[in-house]
Amino acid sequence: MSRSNGNIQSQKFLSRPAVQATLAALLCIVVGLLIGYIALLIISPAGATQAIITILKNYFTYPSKAAAMKYLGNTLVKAAPLLMCALSIQFCYQAGLFNIGAAGQYVAGAGAALFCALALHMPWIVCLLAALIAGGIFGIIVGLLKSYLNVNEVISGIMLNWIGLYTVNMLLSGVKEVASPYTVNVATENPGALLPSFGLDKLFSNNKYVTIAIPLAVLIAILLKIVLSKTVFGYEIKATGIAKDAAKYSGMKEKRNVITTLFIGGALAGLGAAFLFLSGYEQWSVTQSSVPSMGFNGIAATFLGGLDPIGTIFASYFIQHITSGGSYLDKNIYPSQISDFISAIIIYLCGFVLIFKLYLNNYLGVKEEKAKEKTTASANKEEGGNK
Amino acid sequence: MILLLQYTLLFASVLILVALGGCFSEHSGVINLGLEGIMVMGALGGALTLKYISPDLPALLIVLAVLVAAILSGMIYSVLLAVACINLKADQTLVGTALNMLAAAAATVIVKSINIAENPDNVSSNVQYVQTKKALVVSMGSFQFNWFMLVALIVLIAAYVVLYKTRFGLRLMACGEHPQAADSVGINVYKMRWAGVLISGMLAGIGGIVYITAGVSEWKFEVGVAGFGFLALAVMIFGQWKPLNIGLAALLFGFFRALSNVYSGFDFLAALNIPGSVYNMMPYIISLIVLAFTSSSSRAPKAEGIPYDKGSR
Repeated sequence: MSRSNGNIQSQKFLSRPAVQATLAALLCIVVGLLIGYIALLIISPAGATQAIITILKNYFTYPSKAAAMKYLGNTLVKAAPLLMCALSIQFCYQAGLFNIGAAGQYVAGAGAALFCALALHMPWIVCLLAALIAGGIFGIIVGLLKSYLNVNEVISGIMLNWIGLYTVNMLLSGVKEVASPYTVNVATENPGALLPSFGLDKLFSNNKYVTIAIPLAVLIAILLKIVLSKTVFGYEIKATGIAKDAAKYSGMKEKRNVITTLFIGGALAGLGAAFLFLSGYEQWSVTQSSVPSMGFNGIAATFLGGLDPIGTIFASYFIQHITSGGSYLDKNIYPSQISDFISAIIIYLCGFVLIFKLYLNNYLGVKEEKAKEKTTASANKEEGGNK
Repeated sequence: MILLLQYTLLFASVLILVALGGCFSEHSGVINLGLEGIMVMGALGGALTLKYISPDLPALLIVLAVLVAAILSGMIYSVLLAVACINLKADQTLVGTALNMLAAAAATVIVKSINIAENPDNVSSNVQYVQTKKALVVSMGSFQFNWFMLVALIVLIAAYVVLYKTRFGLRLMACGEHPQAADSVGINVYKMRWAGVLISGMLAGIGGIVYITAGVSEWKFEVGVAGFGFLALAVMIFGQWKPLNIGLAALLFGFFRALSNVYSGFDFLAALNIPGSVYNMMPYIISLIVLAFTSSSSRAPKAEGIPYDKGSR
């Protein structure tokens, strides 16, 4: 009796959506890592095991705790913008929009933040707002094209990614270092534009790049979770995503919702860029000829996170963790892009999550029915015996 | 001027090939957003063939070997899309995007590993094919004819004939318009969609190798193919999913892309002193404008993007 009770309980546990999402994500990660490991084995079997451990260990490779904390800080510094990009894609996906333009909105945000910081010498709060607006405008363009002219948001997003890249390259070539293609250092040119850290850097062995960006990104994720699950606006967005025509029929302004959603999505990605570039961690190269991968990695993080803001926090950290881990590989044996390879495999596998859940639920359903049949059958038997 | 014409034809060839690939896939009912990734894979297969093949072989043989390699790598890679989107009914947008990222990462990893194996200090993602690339072109005065221009033309005509004049083509299009109806008259929708995706893999694979051999004799695989797969999708939409219109649209887009390569050769354009970035942006801006005007009266296949489920009504 107790055994079957336990069975039923475990089944109930398995049919909870959050549990299923976590299970699916873990499965994707394990398979993704396995394929990555196989790739490493093919490249050079001797050090493959060590290499995959290096990727997974990331900053733990440093023996001293202080150094590990410092590099944990670095990973977090890059995880914050990744989280913002992931949230951007996720928020739009709720409305049925695939915001691949997050990469371009991120670029626009970076351009605006750095231009305000370096050319106009604005304080950080203004730079942050500029990034938000610039990203948002890029989102609005996609939204307008989508809702009024029926342009597929994926294609217009990609086009805007490239337009954004070349525009920002042009915009920032006025504030680049003389001898290099990189923009001048924010810390030396305009320290007032650096995001404040309020002592957070002390926690990470005085890692000066650790700023309020990190807690802010997490807060925004939580805020989005609340907006999506508790507000009318969130409900309307989800309704538009599930059935556009039904939403329109029941009086929701679906065009306005699409545009607002993409504005918010763009603003999130733009802010993400400001979170990175206003920490001084990275400088923009005005000769770069490919769109930064942050926006695309956001897709990985958001789907790995089960399309849930809270799950996305962990997923973003994980994706950034292995990406940073990849840079510790011995460059003369293994390419560091093996991490990107693993992330890409994980996204591909995320495509199967839906079918995985379907099978799992079917399986659980069958089991439940069988269990029911059993109990009713045994109950009938007992009844018969009593008579 | 001749240079501009040459590049226009070259880039138009790429766009024709890839856009027709997308066209076959979408007519069968599958949106192929992974064209960009398939191009990278085709480019990789072709580039590695160019790298290892002996330059002393007859030119025709080299061209054929490169074509076969590009076709095979493109087709094999497109299987990943077909399995996920047709049989497992995954989200086509997500899988297409994943394939783009996977191709860029995988190609970089493969090329870097090969380079490192040859020389541990060479950590670049470049493949060089200076000698063998010469086999692909025939000089006619100052115009360099590329064999792939001919391939693109043949494919264009073939695509028209196959789609409108053969039983296979008409059945394929039926699966993209109304798969249930097609199924009811005995057409195997899954098979047709597989065919559509594999053809798109084949054509996009060729497109990839044409793109990376256009005017350069080495390629850095870290940069992928710079959104060309998506430009091809814009060409396809502008061409309203019809092969001949796609051909014309590709010429227009090819022209603007070519301009960014050769603008400095024109005195009056150079005199305008417009930064190079503007020319680089041009094809993307044009396509955005074109899309804005053509998308609202779109003739997209009606059932594209919806996984076909035999059991559903």
